[in-house]
Amino acid sequence: MPIFSKRHLLGIEELSKEEIQFILQTAEALKEISFRDIKKVPTLRGKTIITFFYEPSTRTRVSFEIAAKRLSADTVSISASTSSLVKGESLLDTVKNLQAMQPDILIVRHSQAGAPHFIAKHIDAAVINAGDGMHEHPTQALLDAMSIKEKKGKIEGLNIVIIGDITHSRVARSDILLFTKLGANVRVSGPPTLIPPYVETLGAKYCFYIEDALEKADVIIALRVQRERLKQVLFPDIREYALQFGLNKKRLLFAKEDAILLHPGPVNWGVELDPEVMELPLTIILDQVTNGVAVRMALLYLLGTKRSSNEMAH
Amino acid sequence: MRWLIKGGRVVDPSQNLDEVLDILIEEDTIKAIEKNISVSDIEVIDAKGKIVTPGLIDIHTHLREPGFEYKEDIESGLMAAVAGGFTAVCCMANTSPVNDNQEVTRYLLKRASDCHLAKLYPIGAVSKRLEGKEMAPIGELKEAGVVALSDDGNPIADSGFLRRALEYAKYFNLPIISHAEDKTIAPFGVMNEGELSTKLGLSGIPAQAEEIMIFRDIKLAELTDWHIHIAHVSTAGGVKLIREAKERGIRVTAETCPHYFSLTEEAIRDFNTNAKVSPPLRTEKDIEAIKEGLKDGTIDVIATDHAPHHPLEKEVPFEEAPNGIIGLETALPISLKLVETGTLSLSKLIAKMSYLPAKIFNLPGGTLKPASPADITIIDPDICYCIDVNMFFSKARNCPFDGWKVKGKAILVMVNGKVVYTMHSFTV
Repeated sequence: MPIFSKRHLLGIEELSKEEIQFILQTAEALKEISFRDIKKVPTLRGKTIITFFYEPSTRTRVSFEIAAKRLSADTVSISASTSSLVKGESLLDTVKNLQAMQPDILIVRHSQAGAPHFIAKHIDAAVINAGDGMHEHPTQALLDAMSIKEKKGKIEGLNIVIIGDITHSRVARSDILLFTKLGANVRVSGPPTLIPPYVETLGAKYCFYIEDALEKADVIIALRVQRERLKQVLFPDIREYALQFGLNKKRLLFAKEDAILLHPGPVNWGVELDPEVMELPLTIILDQVTNGVAVRMALLYLLGTKRSSNEMAH
Repeated sequence: MRWLIKGGRVVDPSQNLDEVLDILIEEDTIKAIEKNISVSDIEVIDAKGKIVTPGLIDIHTHLREPGFEYKEDIESGLMAAVAGGFTAVCCMANTSPVNDNQEVTRYLLKRASDCHLAKLYPIGAVSKRLEGKEMAPIGELKEAGVVALSDDGNPIADSGFLRRALEYAKYFNLPIISHAEDKTIAPFGVMNEGELSTKLGLSGIPAQAEEIMIFRDIKLAELTDWHIHIAHVSTAGGVKLIREAKERGIRVTAETCPHYFSLTEEAIRDFNTNAKVSPPLRTEKDIEAIKEGLKDGTIDVIATDHAPHHPLEKEVPFEEAPNGIIGLETALPISLKLVETGTLSLSKLIAKMSYLPAKIFNLPGGTLKPASPADITIIDPDICYCIDVNMFFSKARNCPFDGWKVKGKAILVMVNGKVVYTMHSFTV
């Protein structure tokens, strides 16, 4: 029987295959709530959930807030620009003050790797990592997995290709960890300046040329060119990136005919993705967003309700 | 005051001594070192079963005063020093104000002499404000008492500037200490570049950042025929470059620190900020090369790079945390592990912590020869204990060795013939 006994969700790294599958099953069961007329269940009534975003985000934050509200939790949002952090309060003090108000779940996005792990050491609430620096973005990987499973029926044995700025991508790290745990063949490619050293130790195969990576792919995940992160000279300019590394219909011909295309968003149309791929039936970028709510509902449910494993497995 | 240290195993590499001897001390000076000295009417220290060595000397310490007394000050730092067995330390210039003028140097020396603990030998800045642009008044600093020059932490990027600084420093017989790091390679780096940095999503600093700079420094030492000292060597490639340079007779010396031969990058796996240090902790392969370098003499000295920070400064997410590990109170027991594992003889280890530091920076001490200052450390090699940061005399707690089981401790430290530290278990 699957058991989910984690106190926090800090990364895919610490999840077992069984735990991942259990989260996905829970998400699949909860997805239906979002399609009801009255999109609300009382599961987390009386629970306080804080979204604490130290970095800008639209999709992830809204997704978490909607997920919390559909489970009847009370939500409070703080961001770096509205919190005392701009007055120079340390993260440690902020966390201690939040703890003093007895929240049940703290959802954290931070520009620094390990910040949620740091917070988890200083707070009783469950901590969910909503993206930490270049490290992990576990809920994105889970919603990617849910979306792929929906279309392909499985993860195991699929050729999953991640293209773009792997170095600065927490999505890539969590995706690689999750898909390899579930038995997929993961390949990565992109400009060599955006591939981290020893990338294969994460579990992915590194293809030097994009076309080799795309060969017979079942799933293609395009990554955002994170202009805000590129503090160094890593490629000449956006135009050259689009021409040499952007995904267009021609490049996608290397993949299997029924390959699906994902992107964690927000998309820079005309950079990593040519707008011509927008209409392709294989593009499931908006399904990812829908599933994001379900995955986050599942995690809030699993971390927010302290029940025995028997009850959890309903 | 007269002292007789009796029956200890005297390890003095400056005289190739490793035998049971007595040491006679009068006032601030060693008078005699012989078998079975018997003198009446004298304070006797029974050192049977203990190791008696020249006082340990740390050539790389940050005492943070003036400017950052909340991290450490001269008194707390020198207390930590003597508790760790050091009778002298050299303090780096990156204080506020910077030690780039004689007023700061004189202040440091006055504060230290008022403490009556370990001796202090200030290191002056190479450049004004450590900016690497204008030379500090090196002659004036020398007159005020600095023993070496360094812009530690702010590596001198401009090779032309360093060349002129070496030429000029030679006139004043002051070595230049280099923190060898090409910062342009990894401007955002916070740890060693490798598998783990990729996994943790932290920016890495490749070994080449150190190796490129060591190579340049060696070339400039060759060009100027002057002494450059490479601080805290952390890479296998760096050891190799220094070894080759020494073989060619270039005036280069080198130090490493206990954490570079005891810890790998694994120490930061859980985002442990207390193991965040510059240069970063590296790999098993580097540790092996550094031990080899210590063994064959490529690395002359074990220094601490004692870099105290306030505990709250380290209680932050990893990337934000300042670099630094404290070492004064752990260097001896951690380094003694090298003797236990057969990497170094006890005599070689003591040489790297007393005689050689004194020799390469022209400092008094580092020897028990008669007429030398009575700076002496007595070590109990058999005390087993766990390192506990809360017992430190240092104000700081940023020590990745907390909880380590170690063996051996300085139990009595004498500076200029005065006992400045004893551990209660030792009976005088």
